[in-house]
Amino acid sequence: MRRVSFTNLVALALGLAFLYAPIVILVIYSFNASRLVTVWGGWSLRWYAALIEDRAMIDAALASLGIAVASAALATVFGTMAALALTRMRFRGRLPFAAMIYAPLVMPEVITGLSLLLLFVAVDLDRGFFTIVIAHTTLTMCFVTVIVQSRLIVFDRGLEEAAMDLGCPPGRTFFAVTLPLIMPAIVAGFLLAFSLSLDDLVIASFTTGPGATTLPIRIYSEVRLGVKPEINAVCTIFIAVISVVVIAASLIGKSWDRGRSAPLTT
Amino acid sequence: MVARRRCGVSKLSGRSGMARRPIHPRPGSAFSFGAKLVVAAPYLWLLGFFLVPFIIVVKISLSETAIALPPYTPVLDVATGWQGIRDFIAGLSFANYLTIAGDDLYVFSYLKSVKVAAVSTAILLLCGLPLAYAMARAPRAVRPLLVTLVVLPFWTSFLIRVYAWINILQRDGLLNQVLTWLGLIDQPTTWLATDTAVYIGLVYSYLPFMVLPLYASLEKLDETLLEAAADLGCPRWKAFFVITIPLALPGLGAGALLCFIPIIGEFVVPDLLGGSDATMIGQTLWTEFFANKDWPVASAVAVALVGLLMAPIAVYQHLQAREIEER
Repeated sequence: MRRVSFTNLVALALGLAFLYAPIVILVIYSFNASRLVTVWGGWSLRWYAALIEDRAMIDAALASLGIAVASAALATVFGTMAALALTRMRFRGRLPFAAMIYAPLVMPEVITGLSLLLLFVAVDLDRGFFTIVIAHTTLTMCFVTVIVQSRLIVFDRGLEEAAMDLGCPPGRTFFAVTLPLIMPAIVAGFLLAFSLSLDDLVIASFTTGPGATTLPIRIYSEVRLGVKPEINAVCTIFIAVISVVVIAASLIGKSWDRGRSAPLTT
Repeated sequence: MVARRRCGVSKLSGRSGMARRPIHPRPGSAFSFGAKLVVAAPYLWLLGFFLVPFIIVVKISLSETAIALPPYTPVLDVATGWQGIRDFIAGLSFANYLTIAGDDLYVFSYLKSVKVAAVSTAILLLCGLPLAYAMARAPRAVRPLLVTLVVLPFWTSFLIRVYAWINILQRDGLLNQVLTWLGLIDQPTTWLATDTAVYIGLVYSYLPFMVLPLYASLEKLDETLLEAAADLGCPRWKAFFVITIPLALPGLGAGALLCFIPIIGEFVVPDLLGGSDATMIGQTLWTEFFANKDWPVASAVAVALVGLLMAPIAVYQHLQAREIEER
């Protein structure tokens, strides 16, 4: 094993400290007993207790969760299809299709949001839960595609061919061989779509309507007025939930990988 | 049933030495219904919810502002037939583009966005390169852990991570407390609502986007090249610039564009951390739309922004496509 050089160690330590310090500070201050956000007044759970009373915040969180689950599910289906289409099939219009997949990844959110809103107005669709779901699906399916595609590229086609040579129809081959093997990527794609949707402020602000306030919209409107201890508490819960989901997912992905690929590779 | 029979045939033909049938038909032959659906469903979705909306934006950017809902004219009414279409085309105007080009507010917004994106991408390169390099040179066993550690903050909310900096940068915030305690400053400095705060926020938010592509290309680097250079008497710092950097260029380019393009249109970071004097183009568009309710001008700003981003996006797609072919 190679020795890690001192400069590399410093780079790693500084980099990770920079990435984590603000989050750690935010979490610590959410337990601050003082109303003044910058003065430490001892440990307390009072801001979490205050949250339970905050009906508007809870409603916003529930709306966000619903939108995230619905749009992530749709995005996973469409994104996986698009990944299969891009890696496995030759069809007319493949190039514009690829362009439409990669463009939303880097397209500024203000433009995606504005254009979708103008579409919804043009077709006279009532804005609210469903319009945000459509908007989030459009954005996040492209991320799912990229993740699933990277898995499909390294995929051993021989396994599928073996199944088909043994008389398995193409449809069944897909569900019995291909799908289980790309499942970790699909799960990762779903989770990324879920967390992107949960997090989005800009696109949701454009495509929302009366009665559909998401958590980021709610947090944003509070944050514009300054730092509040309640918001620290909301953010801490948010971070905790996401961290648990991501860590659980990576563990599941690993054990799935091990269980699935071991008998095939050895 | 048909499919099953076809498979049977392929099994037979396999025995007669004609195995290895392509799983999906070659170009020209008919796709099965399932394969058609796999292409059509995402294609139609993106056409309907990505391309068509953008065409509508282009159209509205060529319309006049009106004080009604929808607040723009003309509206294309297909029911009126050919005459309607002719009226519609006659009603198009480039007035909104002239408005943006002639107004310093918009021109400065664009310039400011390009400047902020360029500077923060440069800072990101300077911060991201040592970090990615250290990750790629770490023992193989800990590399996945390091990647997870860099990606994890990216999974937690963007908004929350920007908000966390308000806590730190505000006047009586932690940064000023620490600096005062260290004796570096006598009285609190203003951090929030400055360009410095915007740069800190942008570098913080986009660091994973820079580090991951860089790490991916540095990790593939053949170490024997560096060993050979060392054997031939090349100092390590020189080997870094002569060998490592040129070989990491694709990752460098991908990372830089992955940061530069979205930062140009960034809204959340400059809005929460920046001052209100010189806004970036994303904020200008937001204000035009939500505060001034001027949809045609907002659309024209959006179209002009996409025009600005067209070249970097094309380069990015080219790099992305090449990356995938090479694997």
